[in-house]
Amino acid sequence: MERFDYLIIGNSVGAVGCIETLRSFDKGSSIAVIGEEPHHVYSRALLPYYLDNEVSVEKMLYRPVDFYERLGVTPVLGRRAVGLDTAGHVVKLDDGRTISYGKLLLATGGRPIVPPIPGLDTEKENICNFVALQDLQRISRLLPSARRVVVLGGGIIGLMAAEALHKKGLEVGVVELAPRVLAPVVDEFTSRLIEEAFRRSGVAIYTGTTFKEVQGGERATGVVLTDGTSLPCDLLVVAVGVVPRVDLARQAGLAVNRGILVNQQMETSAAGVYACGDCAEVYDFLMGNRRVLPLWPNAYAGGRVAAYNMLGMKREYDRATSMNAMHFFDLNIITAGLNTAGEKDGFEVISRFDAGSRSYRRFVLKDDRIHGFTLVTGIARAGIFLHLMRRGCAVTSFKEKLLEEEFGYLTIPEGLRRELLIDEGVMNEHAAANQ
Amino acid sequence: MPRVAVKPEVCIGCHLCEVWCVVAHSRSKNIIKAFLHETPRPVPRVVVEENLPFTLPVHCRHCTEPSCVEACISGALYRDPLTGRVEHDAGRCVGCYSCVMACPYGAVVIDEVNRKVARCDLCKEMGEPACVKQCPNRALVYQDSFTS
Repeated sequence: MERFDYLIIGNSVGAVGCIETLRSFDKGSSIAVIGEEPHHVYSRALLPYYLDNEVSVEKMLYRPVDFYERLGVTPVLGRRAVGLDTAGHVVKLDDGRTISYGKLLLATGGRPIVPPIPGLDTEKENICNFVALQDLQRISRLLPSARRVVVLGGGIIGLMAAEALHKKGLEVGVVELAPRVLAPVVDEFTSRLIEEAFRRSGVAIYTGTTFKEVQGGERATGVVLTDGTSLPCDLLVVAVGVVPRVDLARQAGLAVNRGILVNQQMETSAAGVYACGDCAEVYDFLMGNRRVLPLWPNAYAGGRVAAYNMLGMKREYDRATSMNAMHFFDLNIITAGLNTAGEKDGFEVISRFDAGSRSYRRFVLKDDRIHGFTLVTGIARAGIFLHLMRRGCAVTSFKEKLLEEEFGYLTIPEGLRRELLIDEGVMNEHAAANQ
Repeated sequence: MPRVAVKPEVCIGCHLCEVWCVVAHSRSKNIIKAFLHETPRPVPRVVVEENLPFTLPVHCRHCTEPSCVEACISGALYRDPLTGRVEHDAGRCVGCYSCVMACPYGAVVIDEVNRKVARCDLCKEMGEPACVKQCPNRALVYQDSFTS
């Protein structure tokens, strides 16, 4: 039986975060990564950017082609892990092979949700998900014969897909069950700005409704919405999110809620078995609880923290929360933290909208700290706010300044500024002492 | 990692670091040609904050665990675990601005014209960062290795 010191199930960003951290400290141990798809590690987040007729995995590679070789990683691709024995430290593959490990990382990601709606079946030739390269290839093949598309889901992926398809010349309709797009991520005002950007560009947005049924046989020909509206289509994209892939973990007896439960060291209920990314429930430092945060940076950072602990270097993941950088047509948006909470939930909300530039800034504050922020259009240097949020910095004394586009370190009172910049080595320490 | 550090108390806010950064990343490397004839003109990769009388230049810190690399969806920002270098391959950048969301210093600059980002690369092909070399009041210091 093959044996690896470190074994990773899943071949996306969480795996890469883990591998790169392991190799930063340990050049000698053996590492293997199991990937269900036969491809070199590629970025799913790039799907909307490469919606064209000749898409290939080469364009979407997340790391150079020599990545595995250079970092001494054995790729086991096109194979699925079907069994896990945590007591015996053995993983079983779908071809019957078994691999034993020293430490294991589960980075199995998420599975696209397909709501139980009559006629909605991704086995049909023109109904597609939008999470994997094969979905993109399917859509690309359908594009030349498609004229009208309906996208189910007004979240980030659904909206990005809608924009990309619109730019391909298709007539696009987006159907969202919530009363507004991106309802779990942004406040109502931002939702309206986004809806307006889509409508202005000619994309129809239907909110507060969903499919009653999908019409057609082997090929969907249209959808009927719950309000009776009929939308003919020759392509249907289902983008209502993902659920954690936990089958393997559950079958192995690991503690699983919605996602695989991990402690702050990213270790599951089984010793030596870690989990990160879309399959796991991680600690959200703002909410103070565990939840599934299926976001790219959290997967990478979770893989990194897991790697430290796999190496025996104790580290806690205390930086996770909701965060998104998005763009739709001419709107650039960056958000992090709690943005749907408002005054009625005990938060203070400050905001400013400039109708001329369509710049919008909104901050959610509580206990002297930033709990969430949304920047629309003027997104430069947004990371400073995430930094203030992660560090739990007191902001009340300069809160009005948060709304200014020129906000920067010089806007922050000197004491705090020195703490933030000198600690991190931005300012010359000797000079700072003389200041 | 090497990086550019700042002595804010001697920064006079002249913004010449921005000017020379543009020149260093231009095709011609010539100040007149870069500013008058090159379109699109490169964006300066250093941000000089102003809250007069105070000014503060901010550069990429070349972090050991870069938040920008965590957030980058395309692999354009990449820290090589074997060399420790943080690189940005602009050819792979799709302009999602996730790194702008992630950088604690606001040191990843948006290049709107090309819909990409740019960050300090320490002028690695020129030996010494142009901003450090040209700073008239020596407010910028090139630290070859940083210890703290």
